[in-house]
Amino acid sequence: MMTKAKLAMPVNLLEKSTAEPMKRPALDSKVTIEQLNFFYGPVQVLFDISLTMPSRRVTAFIGPSGCGKSTLLRTLNRMNDIIPHARLQGRVKIDGTDIYQTGMDVVRLRQRVGMIFQKSNPFPRSIFENVAYGLRINQLVRSRRELDERVEQALQQAALWDEVKDRLKESAFGLSGGQQQRLCIARALAIRPDVILMDEPASALDPIATQKIEELIVRLKEEYTVVIVTHNMQQAARVSDHTAFFWMGRLIEFDPTEKMFTKPAHQMTEDYITGRFG
Amino acid sequence: MSSLALRDNEQSGLMARWSRSRHRWSDVLFRRLTACFALSILILLVWMLITLALNARQALARFGWGFLWGRTWDPVREQFGALPFVYGTIVSSTLALCIAVPLSLGVAIFLSEHAPRGWENVVAFLVDTLAAIPSVIYGLWGIFILSPALRNYIEPWLASTFGFLPLFQGPPYGIGMLAGGIILAIMVLPIITAVSRDVLQAVPNTQREAALSLGATRWETTRVVLAHARAGLTGAVILGLGRAIGETMAVTMVIGNRPEISYSLFDPSYTIASVIANEFNEATYELYVQALIELGLILFLVTLIVNAVARLLVWSVTRRTREVQRV
Amino acid sequence: MIDPLRYRKVVNGVMTGATFICALAVLAILFAILGYIVAQGIAALNIDFLTKLPKPVGESGGGIAHAIVGSMLLIGIAILLGLPSGILAGLYLAEFGKNKLGRFIEFVTDILAGTPSIIVGIFAYTLIVLPMKRFSAFAGGAALALIMIPIITRTTQEIIQLVPQTLREGALALGAPQWRVTLGVVLRSAAGGVATGVMLAIARVAGETAPLLFTALGSHHWSTALDRPVASLTVTIYDYAKAPYDDWHAQAWAGALVLVMMIGMTNLAVRLFTHSRYSGTHP
Repeated sequence: MMTKAKLAMPVNLLEKSTAEPMKRPALDSKVTIEQLNFFYGPVQVLFDISLTMPSRRVTAFIGPSGCGKSTLLRTLNRMNDIIPHARLQGRVKIDGTDIYQTGMDVVRLRQRVGMIFQKSNPFPRSIFENVAYGLRINQLVRSRRELDERVEQALQQAALWDEVKDRLKESAFGLSGGQQQRLCIARALAIRPDVILMDEPASALDPIATQKIEELIVRLKEEYTVVIVTHNMQQAARVSDHTAFFWMGRLIEFDPTEKMFTKPAHQMTEDYITGRFG
Repeated sequence: MSSLALRDNEQSGLMARWSRSRHRWSDVLFRRLTACFALSILILLVWMLITLALNARQALARFGWGFLWGRTWDPVREQFGALPFVYGTIVSSTLALCIAVPLSLGVAIFLSEHAPRGWENVVAFLVDTLAAIPSVIYGLWGIFILSPALRNYIEPWLASTFGFLPLFQGPPYGIGMLAGGIILAIMVLPIITAVSRDVLQAVPNTQREAALSLGATRWETTRVVLAHARAGLTGAVILGLGRAIGETMAVTMVIGNRPEISYSLFDPSYTIASVIANEFNEATYELYVQALIELGLILFLVTLIVNAVARLLVWSVTRRTREVQRV
Repeated sequence: MIDPLRYRKVVNGVMTGATFICALAVLAILFAILGYIVAQGIAALNIDFLTKLPKPVGESGGGIAHAIVGSMLLIGIAILLGLPSGILAGLYLAEFGKNKLGRFIEFVTDILAGTPSIIVGIFAYTLIVLPMKRFSAFAGGAALALIMIPIITRTTQEIIQLVPQTLREGALALGAPQWRVTLGVVLRSAAGGVATGVMLAIARVAGETAPLLFTALGSHHWSTALDRPVASLTVTIYDYAKAPYDDWHAQAWAGALVLVMMIGMTNLAVRLFTHSRYSGTHP
């Protein structure tokens, strides 16, 4: 399938897709950001960010809108590459490999770092084909049976299988907003990434759908490293293990969530959390 | 921005109601006046249809549906059959689309998906320039540049390479169906490109992001975008078809103007629009004129339907996207 | 075994390259056409060509001044006839047309804009030439006006929809009747945009030939009479191109160059103007 020498990452995709994921030490660092500066043209939007996100944990980015948290999230799978005039300094390492080094394969990177967007964005195809898309283009399955299995598995992981198993052939647009978002999560899970980035995944959903997504996130950390951007502090408190607070493009505080919400180290964090600004 | 536009629309509706409730006679008059002019466009279209039908009524009564199947066009013997023109119109338009569609889609994809920022507008401007060149100048270029090239180089080469096909047999005249098709292709290129580009740009960026985030390459992402835009792209092509069917001058100048049906693309042919352009002023008796107007009526009806279908398809994409973005 | 990812990247590269080649090919066609027009046209282009009448067949020299004047006359008639109705219809669609009727008229306008111009020629012939029993500049201008109306209507509508709502509210709040607000404030603030729409329509009809063939016909003489046939650049190019004389062919190319330059300058002016005023919005 894939030659090992070509793989820029130390972790082999093949191993991950066949074997049960190995239990790694809990606070193994997965994603490391070092002295990151980010610019849109002449405007600097991120200033000297350094941050280490542990493996198999949920890390939340919070802060007022425009603080750069979404931009930072999108540097982790190089989604900002498609924005003209965007420029980055510093390093982003996943499993120790700098993903901005020359020769880095963006396609392969994005297979390992999945992303869920603010607004659900299913393709105008059937439910089944949506989940199968990543498997097909990346040629991750060898037979129709394997494809069916992995689609089902992904839908089950996304807690959607029971709701859609009888209508896999129907258009994805027929699903409710919350279901569409979970379909997008299933679509991302199907190709078995290591890291899942979520950009305010529940901001367009009603409270019940939001609750389902939150439960899902908590379960996902058993297997995946999750990074979530949210403007909802209660949500961050509910789902995350670590929280990073950003303000005006700067990282103000990064701590275990419990500490952040009980005794924040910074006055500014406390003001934000208690709703005094933002 | 889009939500702002939406609010504007609502407000102008509200305002219209408000002004009506005030019953200011001058406002009512003004509204009615502009409405008359807007309605006149609708009336104009209907009026054109009726006028053409009335002025072709003798021909319509005399030939009936047989007009469409008649193979002979011989004004001297008062024989009027439209089939050679219908055939010439269909084949030349089809040929034009076969050449223009892949090229236009390629350019549209380049412009909306691949082109570096600075290039995009320059290339789009140049393609639009192609649309600004008058038909008669395409004809001039066709007569003196394209058809000699076809006669001396391209047609002999086609004959020697694909001569076993009936499409490429016979003497290379230069002037003929192939020249007509190529000229038409160049002329419909800009419209298909421009509409396709609009349609592709109307595809929400979230679709591109979804594909990219799943590890799709650029081309695979483009295929997702194309699938999303399918209806609108079909509309763009049909819009191009409408132009090709109705295009007159350039085709008249290069297609050879011979009312015969021949399989070879090298042979002269004739289209509905070009026979009208050529013979209308020479039509010496009433029935001849009426037969030509009946051809015009057919052309008019066909382009009406083609354009209506195309418009609806294009709107189905661009409007839907606008609604999605408003949510 | 081929690395599937490498294969996908090759496909990606090939397809990206193919779209680039399409763009290059279209630009090559454009330059082939423009290049020939300039190269062939310059040879016969001189002051006489622009200021003199045609010489009889067989004599060299002469010009197409009558056709340039004739084209301007036809366009002038078209503007007089088409401009007011186009703008008023556009005003209706923009200000009052947010209903089913408005959308339907918008749709019909787009369809009318796609009608083959030769059909408009037949219509003008039956409407004006037949009753008057003669070809005339007026009939030609009317045919061009019919082509202009849908274009002006839609561009006016689009420009006026860009006028900020606050402007209308401000004027209405002062107690002005709506028609005065629309004409005096909305239309005036959009005047530049409307003017560019009109110029685009002019550029479009300046290149029309088919609707003039059996309305304005053509002529070899000076004529500015509205009820007489009149020459136009496009019909003259057509006649000269069909004629069997090399001299005339050269003049047809020169005429083409003049026409293309006129249209090109109009379009360029529009583009520069819209760019400076409405940069970022679609013209």
